[in-house]
Amino acid sequence: MAEIKTIDESVLENQYRYASVLGKGMYLGLLALLATFTIYTLGLLDSYIPFEKLSSCWNMPVSEYLHLNHVPQGWGWIKLVGYGDFLNFIGISILSGTTILCYISIIPGLLRSKDYLYTFIAIAEVLVLVIAASGFIAAGGH
Amino acid sequence: MACVGTGGKMKNHYRCFWFLMFLTVFLIIPTGSAFSGTGAVSVDSGGHAWWFWPVILFFVTFVMGIFAVLGGVGGGVLYVPIISGFFPFHLDFVRGAGLLVALSGALAAGPGLLKSGLASLRLAMPVALIASICAIAGAVIGLALPTNIVQISLGITIIAICFLMLASKKSTYPNVQKSDHLSSILKIYGVYYDESMGEEIEWKIHRTPVGLILFIVIGIMAGMFGLGAGWANIPVLNLVMGAPLKISVATSKFLLSITDTSAAWIYLNKGCIMPLMVVPSIVGIMSGSIVGVRLLKIAKPTFIRWMVIGILGFAGIKALLKGLGI
Repeated sequence: MAEIKTIDESVLENQYRYASVLGKGMYLGLLALLATFTIYTLGLLDSYIPFEKLSSCWNMPVSEYLHLNHVPQGWGWIKLVGYGDFLNFIGISILSGTTILCYISIIPGLLRSKDYLYTFIAIAEVLVLVIAASGFIAAGGH
Repeated sequence: MACVGTGGKMKNHYRCFWFLMFLTVFLIIPTGSAFSGTGAVSVDSGGHAWWFWPVILFFVTFVMGIFAVLGGVGGGVLYVPIISGFFPFHLDFVRGAGLLVALSGALAAGPGLLKSGLASLRLAMPVALIASICAIAGAVIGLALPTNIVQISLGITIIAICFLMLASKKSTYPNVQKSDHLSSILKIYGVYYDESMGEEIEWKIHRTPVGLILFIVIGIMAGMFGLGAGWANIPVLNLVMGAPLKISVATSKFLLSITDTSAAWIYLNKGCIMPLMVVPSIVGIMSGSIVGVRLLKIAKPTFIRWMVIGILGFAGIKALLKGLGI
């Protein structure tokens, strides 16, 4: 155990900062998800795909479902956010985007502590997640 | 007084979750009836009203949440084979929902695990970078392959996971004589307070390059099948890289919040997210997990673990047969 070095204060600081952003993003995302789901299921906004139609096509492959219902891919849902079903994507996007914000939040701290290796890892992770979120990566259909 | 305060806080916490749970069910059923009431009762291909399956989904994921905690597995690994095997939803939507279920659980647990020092951000970051890139690749591959091939591969993977669960041993405090070169450069080491022992435990890791290579495979499988990958993360972190068991379990759970995020975006952008499936599943599994944690005190873990392995094995065989068209 003699090999163990003292844990750098900045390491813990970054870990706490990450945890703090993660906690806030998680609560915000879950809250948004539940609020929008309430609006959706209570029918306070019209659904783009009516419930009855949805139940008849949830057993289809995604490509067929999208084609049949004229649902856009990628960020195209933003244009449909006025509909109850697509409103739910706000909460889902917050939940899926929280990690990107967490990484961005620790980059200044990593730079301050001259931890360039982890700064590089953090920036690389942000890029990977942003590329995934951008919709530029084309996934095939079947 | 502090104890009473904490108890009160916990009670409020549980009340809040129960409220969310019933809210979800009662939102689906009455609106379902109301909408159906506008005309002829709309039914799906199986002859059920549209709200039937989301409500059943909620209850099944609730039970799944309990078993996941008691059996020591993540919700995602149970969710995908069971829901794809026994529900009418297409595998594309099940995988998308499975990733969001695993992601939500990881996001909920992440802040506490990081603040307690049990999850190590320094250990997770290099691993997560590799796993998330590979999860994206896995998601792209999984969405490009024919459904039956993915279903067969899923069945085989789930059956393999059962064997892994049966065979794998755990090491509470692995004996790491010396850090390897890479982990020394990355400064992956730490100290955590072990409440059960009442002392601070110092830890370090070894065999980092091997561990990172294994995370390539884990990432691809997580993305391809929409599984949370705790079943694979923990043995690699604990047995291969030598992190203490508590650090491995906590870091694995936190790691899912990064790996599953990358794959979830691919599924989201592809249109594989159906809110009517996702929300009841998330609320169901999270409520079940809360109950599971309470039952943990009285349950017999060995029996539950065998039961979970049995359920997984059955779901794996079902997925395999479904893929083979039998």
